[in-house]
Amino acid sequence: MHNALRSATPASALRSAWRSSSLSLSLSSPHTAHRATAVLLSQRRALSLSQSSRPQRNAASHQQLHAAPLFSQQTRNASSSSPSEALDKTPLYDLHLAHGAKMVPFGGFHMPVLYSSLSVSASHVFTREHCSIFDVSHMVQRLFTGAGAAAFLQRVTPSGAEGLEAHRSTLSTLLHADSSGGIVDDTIITRLPDIHGCAQFYVVTNAACRDKDDAYFAAEMDKWNAEAGHGALQVVQEQLGGWGLVALQGPESEAVLDHILDHTAKTDLKKLLFGQSIYSQVKLGGMRVSSPLLISRGGYTGEDGFEISIPASETVAVTEALLAAGPEKVQLAGLGARDSLRLEAGMCLYGHDLNDATTPVEAGLSWIIPKERRSADAGFYGADVIAKQLTPKSKGGSGVQTRRIGLIVEGAPAREGAEIVSRADAAKIGTVTSGCPSPTLGKNIAMGYIQDGFHKAGTEVDVLVRGRPRKAVVTKMPFVPTKYWKGIAPA
Amino acid sequence: MASIARCLRSARPLGLSSLVKSSVARPIANVRIARSFSATSTNAIRKYTKEHEWIDLSADNKTGVIGISEYAAKALGDVVFVELPESGTKVKAGDAIGAVESVKSAADINAPISCKITAVNALLEEKPGTINQVPEDDSHGGGWIAKVQVDEEGVKDLEALMDVEAYAEFTAAEGEDH
Repeated sequence: MHNALRSATPASALRSAWRSSSLSLSLSSPHTAHRATAVLLSQRRALSLSQSSRPQRNAASHQQLHAAPLFSQQTRNASSSSPSEALDKTPLYDLHLAHGAKMVPFGGFHMPVLYSSLSVSASHVFTREHCSIFDVSHMVQRLFTGAGAAAFLQRVTPSGAEGLEAHRSTLSTLLHADSSGGIVDDTIITRLPDIHGCAQFYVVTNAACRDKDDAYFAAEMDKWNAEAGHGALQVVQEQLGGWGLVALQGPESEAVLDHILDHTAKTDLKKLLFGQSIYSQVKLGGMRVSSPLLISRGGYTGEDGFEISIPASETVAVTEALLAAGPEKVQLAGLGARDSLRLEAGMCLYGHDLNDATTPVEAGLSWIIPKERRSADAGFYGADVIAKQLTPKSKGGSGVQTRRIGLIVEGAPAREGAEIVSRADAAKIGTVTSGCPSPTLGKNIAMGYIQDGFHKAGTEVDVLVRGRPRKAVVTKMPFVPTKYWKGIAPA
Repeated sequence: MASIARCLRSARPLGLSSLVKSSVARPIANVRIARSFSATSTNAIRKYTKEHEWIDLSADNKTGVIGISEYAAKALGDVVFVELPESGTKVKAGDAIGAVESVKSAADINAPISCKITAVNALLEEKPGTINQVPEDDSHGGGWIAKVQVDEEGVKDLEALMDVEAYAEFTAAEGEDH
């Protein structure tokens, strides 16, 4: 994932006492604040709160009922009516069906893979030319609050959470506590404004890793909160269960979003750069206005775009307001197009291009580790292994044996699992982890892991598809140039 | 790699199955029953496999034409690559003879019966999308895959296959089965 997903603070039903003056930038939902404080005061309960693994998703709400009744309804708003049904529904489930979605199970949810109006490749192309709305509400939206939140995140990820400014996001990886450097999941971490002096981070993780991540965080937070000296550095976690998360991606995203922004706050999207976020209300049709929503600039397609975290009760209305721009400008897009778009952008999909045994260095994600955290004593899990890998063998480090690379393959598309072999002696030198015909380039693109030494761009190799070698060239990613909004270039 | 049928049925989140096993009812029951497009072998009878290939056998039971069904073509989505068999290859019923690929998925094309490949539709290398437009057209410009020579074994294999009505029922049931 890589979804520059990030968003919301529970800003739900609160506008009451809150005045979203000028820019609701510091809209730190008072409710969250109260809650976080209350929880911090009673540690015992805080600890149990943090354990919201999947089976408890229902149950989690009754824990929360004690702490903050406000959050009870958001835990499972859109759940299926029949208890026998194993899959969850996002708040947009009915909207998907109304738009002719083909639904598939993904990450424990019914998710749209494509819609009747466009094929996967047509939807892909439409996104690059106009813009598309993706329902990514299946992803897990978490809030970590507390004086120790930044330090806690600096233990479980290689990111510099302490140095992250409010409303800035970073791609990151959760790392295994066994210090192997292996990746538990990839994630986007967004720092939110402090709440009553407590740091707060919004962390979005993959739906497919929900159970694993829940268990990981529960164990890590227990450990953290119980440690000597952490009395004043407690951390609590809360999941925005049932909330919507909607991605708007493509060159027309800014215009489409700007059209529905509530401009009483004078929000200027031109000033919202890639990797930044704001709170803003949006117009919902009629005289209605949404609650302040966390809107983050970024995404999982390589295009300019936004991700919007929305309370369950407003998710349909916000999505419909975006769709009102008309089908020439904006369409719904499903998991099918999402996958080929992210592959063209060179982004990883956990469970395919990343797994528990992959380290960030092998995955070509060294750039997510800030300079000051590249030493063995940086204090995050696996720092020792990762610091050695960051230094090539020739310079005294261990380097890596294998690394993630891009490939362009002639003839047949190479898919996940295809072997990469040396052209010289047909020895196996790697494996493809994702691949498809690129709708933008008209070529077959793939990513995979290849033995150190074969990883340089331009290296010619073969990939076995249906037992036959196909010519392939190691190619720099992204395959399609990214178009992130980084501001108007200085003249 | 999966056969077309497996592709249609597989549980992979982004697989082809998805396209067919949607929770949205799809009007697949109306598979085209009439064969208005056949340009050759007017007496041929079209038979279908559970894996969504079709074969026309000539009246003299000596030759045939193989392709993939309209149902499969639709489920695959935009076909962007077709791997054709090699002329002269002898295959048994069920052997992989090629593949069709869309952005999202790859599906094997299996031989519906034992046969020997005598010609392939090279047009599909240039214009793989033909498979989406006219997958059951065995004429020049159509989306057929290969022409084959058939012996007695092949003719026998044919007995296990479905006629057009049976196949329509089969796909209708498959489409509803979710």
